[in-house]
Amino acid sequence: MFSYTEIDAIEGTAGDFTVRLLKKPRYVIQERCTGCGVCQEYCPVKIPDAFNQEISKNKAIHIYFAQAIPLVAYISKECLYLKEKKCGICENVCENRAIDFTQKEEKAEIKVGAVILSSGFTPFPAELLSEYGYGKYKNVITSMDYERILSSTGPYEGEIKRTSDLKHPKKIAWIQCVGSRSVKEPSKSYCSSVCCTYTQKQVILTKDHIHEAECTVFHNDIRAFGKDFERFYQRTAGLSDVRFIRSYVTVSREDKETGNIFIRYSTPDRGVIEEEFEMVVLSVGLNPPKDSENIAKKFGIEINHHGFGKTDAFILVETNKKGIFISGAFIEPMDIPQAVFTASSASARSGELLMKRRGKLSTKRVYPLEKDVSKEEPRVGVFVCACGANIGRVVNIKEVADYAKTLPYVVYTQTQLFSCSTDSAKQITDAIKEHNLNRVIVAACTPRTHEPTFRDSLREAGLNQYYVDMANIREHCSWVHSKDKDSATKKAKDLVRKSVARSLKLQALEEISLPVDKRALVVGGGVSGMNSALSLAKQGFEVYLIERERELGGNARFIYKTLEGFDVQEYLKNLVSEVYKNPLVHIRLSSEIVEATGYVGNFLTKIRTDKGKIEEIKHGAVIIATGAREYKPKEYLYGVSGNVVTNRELERLLYERDDKILNSENLVMIQCVGCRNEERNYCSRICCSHSVKNAIEFKKINPKGDVYILFRDMRTYGLKEDYYRLASEMGVRFIRFERENGNIPEAEEVSEAGKKVIKVRVFDPVLQKRLELSADILALATAVIPNEDVYDIAGFFKVSTSIDGFFKEAHVKLRPVDFGTDGVYLSGIAHYPKFINESVSQALASASRAVTLLSSDTVSASGSICEVEEKKCIGCGACAEVCSYCAIELYKTNRGMKAKVNPVLCKGDGLCNAVCPTYAIQLKHFTDEQLVSEIDSALPERVIEKIKKAG
Amino acid sequence: MCTGRIDLGFIARSFYNGADGVYIAGCRLNECSYITHGNYYALNMTLLFKRIMEYIGLNPKRLQLEFMTSSDAQYFSGSVNDFVEKIRKLGPLGDKEGLSDEEIKERLYKIITLIPYIKIAERERLRLRINNPEEWEKIYTLEHVKNLIENTPSYWIDPEKCSACTLCAQRCPVDAIDGGKNKIHIIDQEKCIKCGNCLLVCPTKFSAVQKLTGKPVPPPIPEEKRIKVRPSS
Repeated sequence: MFSYTEIDAIEGTAGDFTVRLLKKPRYVIQERCTGCGVCQEYCPVKIPDAFNQEISKNKAIHIYFAQAIPLVAYISKECLYLKEKKCGICENVCENRAIDFTQKEEKAEIKVGAVILSSGFTPFPAELLSEYGYGKYKNVITSMDYERILSSTGPYEGEIKRTSDLKHPKKIAWIQCVGSRSVKEPSKSYCSSVCCTYTQKQVILTKDHIHEAECTVFHNDIRAFGKDFERFYQRTAGLSDVRFIRSYVTVSREDKETGNIFIRYSTPDRGVIEEEFEMVVLSVGLNPPKDSENIAKKFGIEINHHGFGKTDAFILVETNKKGIFISGAFIEPMDIPQAVFTASSASARSGELLMKRRGKLSTKRVYPLEKDVSKEEPRVGVFVCACGANIGRVVNIKEVADYAKTLPYVVYTQTQLFSCSTDSAKQITDAIKEHNLNRVIVAACTPRTHEPTFRDSLREAGLNQYYVDMANIREHCSWVHSKDKDSATKKAKDLVRKSVARSLKLQALEEISLPVDKRALVVGGGVSGMNSALSLAKQGFEVYLIERERELGGNARFIYKTLEGFDVQEYLKNLVSEVYKNPLVHIRLSSEIVEATGYVGNFLTKIRTDKGKIEEIKHGAVIIATGAREYKPKEYLYGVSGNVVTNRELERLLYERDDKILNSENLVMIQCVGCRNEERNYCSRICCSHSVKNAIEFKKINPKGDVYILFRDMRTYGLKEDYYRLASEMGVRFIRFERENGNIPEAEEVSEAGKKVIKVRVFDPVLQKRLELSADILALATAVIPNEDVYDIAGFFKVSTSIDGFFKEAHVKLRPVDFGTDGVYLSGIAHYPKFINESVSQALASASRAVTLLSSDTVSASGSICEVEEKKCIGCGACAEVCSYCAIELYKTNRGMKAKVNPVLCKGDGLCNAVCPTYAIQLKHFTDEQLVSEIDSALPERVIEKIKKAG
Repeated sequence: MCTGRIDLGFIARSFYNGADGVYIAGCRLNECSYITHGNYYALNMTLLFKRIMEYIGLNPKRLQLEFMTSSDAQYFSGSVNDFVEKIRKLGPLGDKEGLSDEEIKERLYKIITLIPYIKIAERERLRLRINNPEEWEKIYTLEHVKNLIENTPSYWIDPEKCSACTLCAQRCPVDAIDGGKNKIHIIDQEKCIKCGNCLLVCPTKFSAVQKLTGKPVPPPIPEEKRIKVRPSS
């Protein structure tokens, strides 16, 4: 990994690029720096902290932010030594001698087969819009500033304060669409997609911090188009003292004395009014990366007129240059799940390109054979880490080590400067061998970072890796008790004693590994399923693609063009033919799953094929791409009047140039039919754009015809906004109706001059009057709803569904194409409604995730899983009930029912352990015995004698 | 390991060992990185134990559960400091409650022995997933806990009916049943965890095991009377 590095130039072609890098000097030797942060503390030069939006200060030598990877300091140009060869304090305080002022910019060259550009976005520079007073008034800040203020690692350690007077503001306003959705330069014409929801998040966090805060959001459309966003919006709007006000605003003035800000906005009943706020947050949009033109030039790719990377109509990550892909917000503004989809799909495309070279550069580590120490008396080694000065200057580590020596079974102790450094880790390995240690305690930091390092040291010494325990004397001790050194040392001793007590009870555990069946199953032959299958095949894996219907294509069969005008039918034809031509894809049409068993790496699925035969398919991974369907409305005379159609039906009429269209003058569309209501409390994401697409097409055919779109919030997010504007410019009229105020459009069929027309009545909140529209065709933008067999599929593969009936991913942001169940992945609109190119992204992403599994020969499970002692089990089933992974099974024995854990499925959460009345089921490595030994040794006076007694 | 792994026994044991307060930290509700949402179990368990503390005369404020994420360092240290301060004010365990060490130990010991039974009896409630904090207090009322503990059943083998078939002894998960072939079975009430498995497996034709609630368990019959003489057929 190269951080603090820029790309100078790139040459070559797909599969064989040479990239020249410029590594900027850190003035810190990366291999030596342990990230302890002492240099930062001693550095005398304060500079504005760029990570915290320059609200607070940092030092000239610093780690960019707390979670930086690698966690290594660097020196910025403000450094006194760099400027005038003075100071050099950091060099003196760094105990690992990591400072190196002689570093120069270095050139490096690397060979790669593919390039993925993930250069992200730049927040819109709010200072360019003078009307909001950013930069002029201290209490007008951007959402990025506010984001840092909310953060516990932010400028005020998570307290919400005004920069002007450090007071806690009570009355805060957010202004939406700052720099977005406006054709007036320097604003951007597109919608930045993420601001509505991030603002809501900020409102919720604000209310968490300051209970009585009054939060006001000035907005245009609320674009809650993502999965579960609608509920999130409702949750926000439902909080006390939270107002959502639909109005354009101006920041009119600042009260010089209080620093408060006045905002002018329009109200439906009182006209334009002015209101005072203590703080104003500008919800700024997402601009393309600052140097996007340069990037494009360097890599030979095209950018669009907004400055975002220009990519393929259907494959969002594909640029015009082979072997160069884009992921994330450089494609267009997008939220985290979308960015993760594109990231994984770029990796899938790279994998296809470099398929033949997979695994060629990887090496396998070989460890010495493990010796069995289970029969030996415990011999504990305790290593106490100073962590530079991090622990050492607060905790007397020598005293802790001496104390450890007095504990039973401790035969060896050592203090170390940095236990995690390579040579210290080696010392641990050597000490294990030399002193025959069979338990190791590292008293240092949190196990989250370095437990793997120390487990490795044990393995290197031929000792089972589960014999190490960490006592956290840094985060839980020196960092929080820096003011009381004596007590900190005492506490460090307590922590070490607990750790030693537990270590005596530790057991060697084995990580089981099972062979992986290299084949995959893809359920559903729509655009998503086909793309997943094809990508897997192109990466060298055999795939079974099963489709319930008699042909491939799914919903895409009914779509003619995309909003941007690309031909979907042409795309589909090519895709289907490519799938058929690929010898690794085995297609099963008119087939349905009847049974599925097994687990990650080893599934067995039975399907009933078109001839009624049962076929057994063995596979290691499964991708669920079963799609969704169009809601058939009961509302608005659908099915009663021939003039009422759904959007999809209208699309067919339009592109087939049906007489019905040619003879129509007035088209009315109603949005949100069948969703955003009590029954389906979600937004179907695609319908606004779908209506805009149809409206534009209708206008092209009948330029003089009238088109009305009755909407609640137009949700043409991202670059789709341009088409909303285009439709509006073409004369399409948009009328908002306020369902929340009980204003729902009504439709009635009447005969007019010998033909039947639909009268649509709606209350226009802008004109404040009821309108009656006459429509030759009434098109309903109907919801996308889950398929009926969702629950069957969920049952077969033991995956979960959300309340709306779509499949539920393992984690919305971190694992958006995985299921909680290993080896099962998700793609397409079975997850949530989305556009074709978004479905393709997710399909490629799920293929990429499946490949990470299929490309390894074995899957291994952690040793820390649950196990049942059969004698104690009374077969009550409480354990099975709380296991979310269905890892526990009850089976019959001649001594009654007994529980059994499937070690491959168990994730080691240990919920079963806590509910078992007879303590028959135990979470290994966290057994009752091990944890109780810690509890018993926690209170000092009683312990020592107890351990002595036990010994 | 999840917060839901924390056992009622761990808390009871900590107080039994003389801890003045117990603080549990878990992930925020509804932000489970897995799919288990085990912190709700921890929540229910904590609420139950707080009531138990109230029932046995200990201040339930000595037990605290907090939800946070790994990046909430400030919140964590602040909340622990507040807790420590609170415990300082409450003083050593039993002090303000007016209970001696012995009394506390005796009461907690009784609870510890009842934990297997509590887990069985409260199985449904311990699994609840209740979002609204206002309803948390209602999950376990003092009345409920009083009833739970005071009406604990005991299992007893009627020596008249026992046929010494050994089934119950074989199935007892804690080896609390003494007896053998031709020897009438006796349940060691000290060892018994009240799981009821013996009652479940005792053949209906004997129906020797009985569940006694609210009455004392008859003393075990003397050793010499325990030989089962089977009628010769």
